Amino acid sequence: MNTDIWIYIETENGKALNVGYELINAARPIAAQKNSKIVALVVGKNILKAAQDAIGYGADSAIILDADVYASYSTDAYAEAITYLINKYDPETMMFGATTNGRDMAPRIACRVSTGLTADCTDIGIDEASGCVRWTRPTFGGNLMADIICPERRPQMGTVRPGVFRKAEFDPSRKGNIVDETANIHIDPEHIRTKLLEHVDVVAEAVNLEDADVIVAGGRGIGSVDNIHLLEELAEVTGGTVACSRPVAEAGWMNHNRQVGQSGKTVSPSVYFAIGISGAVQHTAGMQGSGTIIAINSDPEAPIFDIADYGIVGDLNAIVPALTKKLKERKM
Amino acid sequence: MNICVCIKQVPDTNRIKIDPVTNTLVRKGVPSIINPFDTYAVEMAAKLKEECGGKVVVISMGPAQASKALRVCLSVGADEAYLISDRAFGGSDTLATGYILAGAIKKIEELEELKFDLIFCGKQAIDGDTAQVGPQIAEQLGLAQATYALDVSCTNDHAIVKREVDGGYDTVLVQTPAVVTVVHTDQMPRYATYSTRCEAKKKQVHVLSSAELSELDLAQCGLSGSPTRVVNTYTPSVQKLGIMIEGSSTTELVDKLVGILDDKRLL
Repeated sequence: MNTDIWIYIETENGKALNVGYELINAARPIAAQKNSKIVALVVGKNILKAAQDAIGYGADSAIILDADVYASYSTDAYAEAITYLINKYDPETMMFGATTNGRDMAPRIACRVSTGLTADCTDIGIDEASGCVRWTRPTFGGNLMADIICPERRPQMGTVRPGVFRKAEFDPSRKGNIVDETANIHIDPEHIRTKLLEHVDVVAEAVNLEDADVIVAGGRGIGSVDNIHLLEELAEVTGGTVACSRPVAEAGWMNHNRQVGQSGKTVSPSVYFAIGISGAVQHTAGMQGSGTIIAINSDPEAPIFDIADYGIVGDLNAIVPALTKKLKERKM
Repeated sequence: MNICVCIKQVPDTNRIKIDPVTNTLVRKGVPSIINPFDTYAVEMAAKLKEECGGKVVVISMGPAQASKALRVCLSVGADEAYLISDRAFGGSDTLATGYILAGAIKKIEELEELKFDLIFCGKQAIDGDTAQVGPQIAEQLGLAQATYALDVSCTNDHAIVKREVDGGYDTVLVQTPAVVTVVHTDQMPRYATYSTRCEAKKKQVHVLSSAELSELDLAQCGLSGSPTRVVNTYTPSVQKLGIMIEGSSTTELVDKLVGILDDKRLL
């Protein structure tokens, strides 16, 4: 057993998803305190660049699996290969992004190596009493936070939400060893019991809420789909991205991929405009890490004001266009 | 086509309140419901049974009161119901839960003299939100899995699963038997009618305890079989400025806000 912290770097068409690099940065304080090495585990096809970048973002070294069999994700191939590597290297800690694939694969691997896995964490640190990783996650629909540890079995494992942590500044001068394990693992095609027949992109435009610096989010209070343009105009002048709370996505006024909250995305922009959003825990669980929260709501009792830095009580149909206009004038 | 559906009775997390004095969760008076994702799984199973025949068996691990949730499932398409209940199973984390449910599923196949082609779970339970038990049942049983399913159709030894993934969906061919976890789909769960409710009342909810599930290793169940420990729980707290901007006109409010944004160089 060593004290290595492994960060799984998920790739898509050879490109790393941001969450892997975010986790490298998130693990650094733990690594510093435990004197651990951070190892990026990069799996996919044509992923050498993603592994080199992982080192630039703060990993000490990387292990790669680069082959056709990993070109598209399959539970069976990925779980088999990663389990092999865990058994071979015996890391103390392993973190995955809590993405669709991360949450599909991590429980299988944890079960195969018979260890504990904490799901969908929004914070990580060290539990002082035990020295274990402290995995913090919302539970009961975001109403309660729980700190969880895995005292005895190793690796201690967790999936961590994308967008909670920021990746480090890229440092091209960092050096690290890249170990190619591809040749040591032979995946029998018979073992892969799923076959991807088709992938369909429903969303014409990619929305990257997790990386947005400014978010303009609307809730039920915007009243109708016809008022979305008010948010879009404010977003345009602030260089922001439009988002929404669950009722708006469920009403079909905005696509689900723009939904922020416990059942949507977790975001931490510098500035978050909450417009016509009441502030149910369901929503605030996904945005309370934002730098500055500005709430505009007609109901002075709305709980959103409890977590806002600046609040305005009033009619959003008047205030939002006036704010957009003022900011536009100021820019000229 | 035989289908096992795993369900969980959960508190309605939308109706949970925080006691402002003690800052703890108020569970009293919060209604118990069937985990919403599980209701879609039950509906999906009921529809597949109508199309291809076979049996739908619904199971739940929990206290005695969870048999109420199972009985509801019997009135909306399930044929048999099993409650997996024992003090020794209490305090199980996802690893132990997956182990117990997998053991129960094997036992039920014996008792019902059938083999399940599909095992359905809701994608996650709204109280724990882990989404781990489905894949861990699959691992314990050594089966293929397809998570986040929107739709399932079946051929002889394969299922075709439409999966919800980031930005779209995947259509995946999966070898059966397989574990499938189900999201919120377009197929609204059906309602029970008077007659289906009466029929459900006549049926028995079978109970399996550690005595019936004698092949389970109790060291792998409950708290002793759970590698994770909750060391602390608390209500989320946020440190925010909480400044309300006051003004008598829209212009005044907006001017003040823009003034603050400029002063703090926020935009």
